[in-house]
Parts: sequence; structure tokens; C-alpha cells
Amino acid sequence: MTDNILKIEGLCKDRGKTRVLHDVSLTVSPGERVALLGHNGAGKSTLIKIVLGLTPANGGQIAVAGHKPGTGAARSATAFLPEAVSFHPALTGREQLNLFARLSGEKADIPGLLDRVGLADALDRRIGTYSKGMRQRLGLAQVLLGKPRVALLDEPTSGLDPISRQDLYAIIDELAASGCAVLIASHALTEVEARTDRIAIMRKGHLVANNTLEGLSAQAGLKTRLRIRATQNADDIASQIGGTRINGASVEILCSADQKMAELRRITALGEAVADLEITPPRLDDLYRHYAKEVKQ
Amino acid sequence: MTRFLAIARAEMRILQRNRWLFMATLIMVLFALALTFAGSAPTGSLGVDMLTVSVASMTTLSVYLAPLLALMISFDAVAGETDRGSLGLLLSYPAGRGEILLGKFAAHLAALAFAMLIGFGCAGAVAAWFGGAGPESLVALARLIATSILLGAVFLTLGYLVSSLARSTTAAAGMSAGLWLIFVVLYDLGLLGAVVVDAGGTFTRHVFPWVMVANPADAFRLWNIAASESVALTSGMTGAAQALPVWAAPLSLAIWPLIGFAAARMAFRRVEP
Repeated sequence: MTDNILKIEGLCKDRGKTRVLHDVSLTVSPGERVALLGHNGAGKSTLIKIVLGLTPANGGQIAVAGHKPGTGAARSATAFLPEAVSFHPALTGREQLNLFARLSGEKADIPGLLDRVGLADALDRRIGTYSKGMRQRLGLAQVLLGKPRVALLDEPTSGLDPISRQDLYAIIDELAASGCAVLIASHALTEVEARTDRIAIMRKGHLVANNTLEGLSAQAGLKTRLRIRATQNADDIASQIGGTRINGASVEILCSADQKMAELRRITALGEAVADLEITPPRLDDLYRHYAKEVKQ
Repeated sequence: MTRFLAIARAEMRILQRNRWLFMATLIMVLFALALTFAGSAPTGSLGVDMLTVSVASMTTLSVYLAPLLALMISFDAVAGETDRGSLGLLLSYPAGRGEILLGKFAAHLAALAFAMLIGFGCAGAVAAWFGGAGPESLVALARLIATSILLGAVFLTLGYLVSSLARSTTAAAGMSAGLWLIFVVLYDLGLLGAVVVDAGGTFTRHVFPWVMVANPADAFRLWNIAASESVALTSGMTGAAQALPVWAAPLSLAIWPLIGFAAARMAFRRVEP
């Protein structure tokens, strides 16, 4: 697999005597957006720190664009947005980005970049006067500096209002479209669900799931929920096709993905008795709960 | 290669913005002027010009003030970034940790040098204007400024060391205060006690001067005093200076910043943001 720009194999990390990462393997290819989910303390931030070379691993292999983490080449290829990003309050947004551009050796269009994240007005104001959302935007602007090949975003939407979140994901999509591999550590399940190509879930330092949303649902065997609203008598329908009556007019059936069509045919056969039908596939919320709470065997 | 200059430029701007540069320069000017005027009384009795007396009193001042000012800038160089949470992002850029430290050092040293130059320069100009100055006293003033900057450099690096070792800015501040107290006050008190106990024995004659010059603050004092007879005359501290070779104090003061920087670099390498 030479096309994986970020390759993590059998990664282990100990903090004191406790092992915080157990044999984690994960790859991200160019243009792919991967969500990294997990509770606080599941090891997401530690994983990112190791990939950045900020803390050493105790076992396993990592290659960032073919280089060891922490080397100059690996750091040049990587962009990082830390959780609750912060800067020196005395510098202005332009000065801060100028510093980062010089450190990475890039000639960057700083005003254009700040305009892209909606900070054009705050260009020459001190970062001390910025709101939390504005600091987060500035953090995002520095991610876009110098066309990274790997972007590691730790809770990128924390502190952002809904509109800003939309903007943020639009920028992430652009990044991915330009061939950057994006790894997003997040708690915001519903956002991540629609905006990523693959989902990896961590629990207590183990990678417990790593697949597309559809793949994960099939793997977990979670049921699709069919809710049927009866025209007249819900009890009739419940007795004819099974399922449970949940209120005066509706019946609910849980079925696995492969039985869904068969169930639908049976329901349509009821004809006029059915007024409406609602199909709810398992959501990331359910999947997350399934994988993150699964009892260790 | 030019990365440390980028860091230095940003740090310099921060020192201007948070008024550190202004305050440090003001403190230096005020203290230096006060000492120059207060110390002008014994000029006649010693038969030296006013600038010489002024340099002698400013030497005493600088032993306390240069380390203090240096520690005041450097103590949060690393701990402050860790506390703020900006260190992780900075370290994810291609600049090495040595380059980051070097950039901060360059900016801080430049700021310190500026404050010293203006402070001592003003006092020197005033002393020369009112009480006259000779070539020798001008050299003594230049030496005072240069050695003060070197002494500041020592304590800048020690500040980075403490800042990398401390877990928080408050801890770093406390450790810096302790460092200052040990190097500038307690070390000399300890030596004084040892000399009194020894009562003129081998320790006092052969060991004591070397132990003394090993401390950068004392090396600073000895260098300024040993190099100028008239300054020595006014400070009355010639015994120890005469027992040592001429190169001892300059060597000590030149080596200390290197040791300090290497130690700080090593401690900074182990910092995990």
C-alpha cells in the first residue's frame, strides 16, 4: 500500500506503567477524510501527538509521507490544528501567520488566507482581542499554509457556532479535494457522519472499528427501524406483520439490513391500511454507542 | 537556517508590545542615574573622576539587576507556551527545538543589551558631563556594559532551563526567584562564612578565589574590578582579584552562557507539550 500517505502500524504507547495505546494500526490515503472517534482519554490526542513526533512511541511503526514522525520532512508535510488552539495574545493575526509561514519556509498569501477563513477584518488586530471562534479560525488558516499532505485536526469544531462549522467542513472538503489526507479527532458525531469517508473508533487505547459508515453498520448488525403509520387500526397491522405498537397509530419493526427489502414488500402488500412509512438506518450515534461501549472479551 | 530569526523577530515584537523593553530600559536608566548622583560624593577624596566612581557603583547595581531582568524575561519562555497551549503547535512546525530556543535567546539578549546600553550609557554621559571622564574610565564603562550583557546572557539561559524543568509558569517564577537568591546573595554569604571559619588558612588563600570566580555573578564583579585599578580602589575589593590569573573571570563569564544554553536545550528536549 504505497498510496497511504499516513501509515500507522502496531502502535503502542506507555504512560508510566499503564499502556495507553494498544497495537493501533490505521492508514489514511491522499484525499481521504477519516474521523477518529472515542471518549475522552481513549487515546486520540496521544495518537496525534505521536504522529507529530511530540512524544515518542513505545512500539510500532509510523510513516508520514514516507518519513519518521518528528523529522523535518515529516513536519513539513504535516499540518496540525490543536484542540483549543492558542497563540500569543500580543501578536496580530497577520504577524502570527507570517511567523508560521517563515518557519515552514513557505511564501504564503497571508491576507488571502485570512480572508478565506473569514478573518479579513481582524488581520491587524491583536489575537488577545479575538473570540474563541476567531482563534479557531486562525488555527484553521495556519493549517492551510503551505499545502499540507497530511492534516491532523483535534476537535476542530470546538467553540464554533453552526455557521462556522459549515465553513470549517467546506474548507476541510477543499483540503481533501486537493489531495491532503485529513484525520479529524472529534466528539461531534452528527457532523462527522456526513463529512467523512471513513470512521475509526478508539476505546481505551484500542482501535475497535475502522470502516465506512455502511461497513460499520453491517459489521455491528444494528437493526434498521421501520415505523409504519396505520390508516385506521394499528393493532391489525401489528398482528399481521409482527413488530410492536408504539402509540395509537404506529407500529415499529426492527430488521437487519439484508431483510429490509423483504419487510418492505410485506408492508406494501398491506395496501391501504398503511398511511405512511419511515425508514431509519442505524445512525453514527448508535454505532458509536455500540463500538465504544462494547464489553471487552 | 533563518527560522531562528523569524522566532526572534516575533519575540522582539512581543517584548515591545508588552512594554517589557520600555520598563526594563526605564528601570536601568533610573537606577543608574540615581547611583551616579548618590555616588558622586567621594570623588574628591579618592582623586578619580566622577565616571569612575559611577562605574564602580553601577557594577554593584548590575550584579543584582542584570540577573533579575534576565530571569524576568526568560522564566516563561517555555513554561508560558506550555501553559497557554501554544507550544504543541509551534513544535509541529519544521523548526527544531534548538532553533526555537536560539530565536528567543537572540531577541531577549538584544532587548537586554538595549536596556543596558541606554541605562548605563545615560548615567555615564551624565557623570562625564558633570564630573569629567578620562580614557580609562570610558573603557571601564564599556567593559561594564559588555560584561553586564554577558551576565544577563548567563541568566537568560538559566531562566530557559528553569522554564523547561518547571511544570507551570508559577513554578518557573518561583524557581527563578530561588535561582537569583542563590547566585547573587546566598552563594556569597556562604563563602563569607567559610572564610571567617577558615581564618586565613589554605582555603581562603587557594580555594576561595576559584570557588568565587565559578559563580558568574562574582566573576562579573571580579572582572570589572581587576581590570581597572581605580574601580578597584573605589570598591575596596582587590584581595580576591589579585589571587587569580587575569583570564579566570572572563573565562567563567564566557563559558557560563554556553553551559546554560546546553542545559536548557537538553531540558527543553524532554518537554512534552
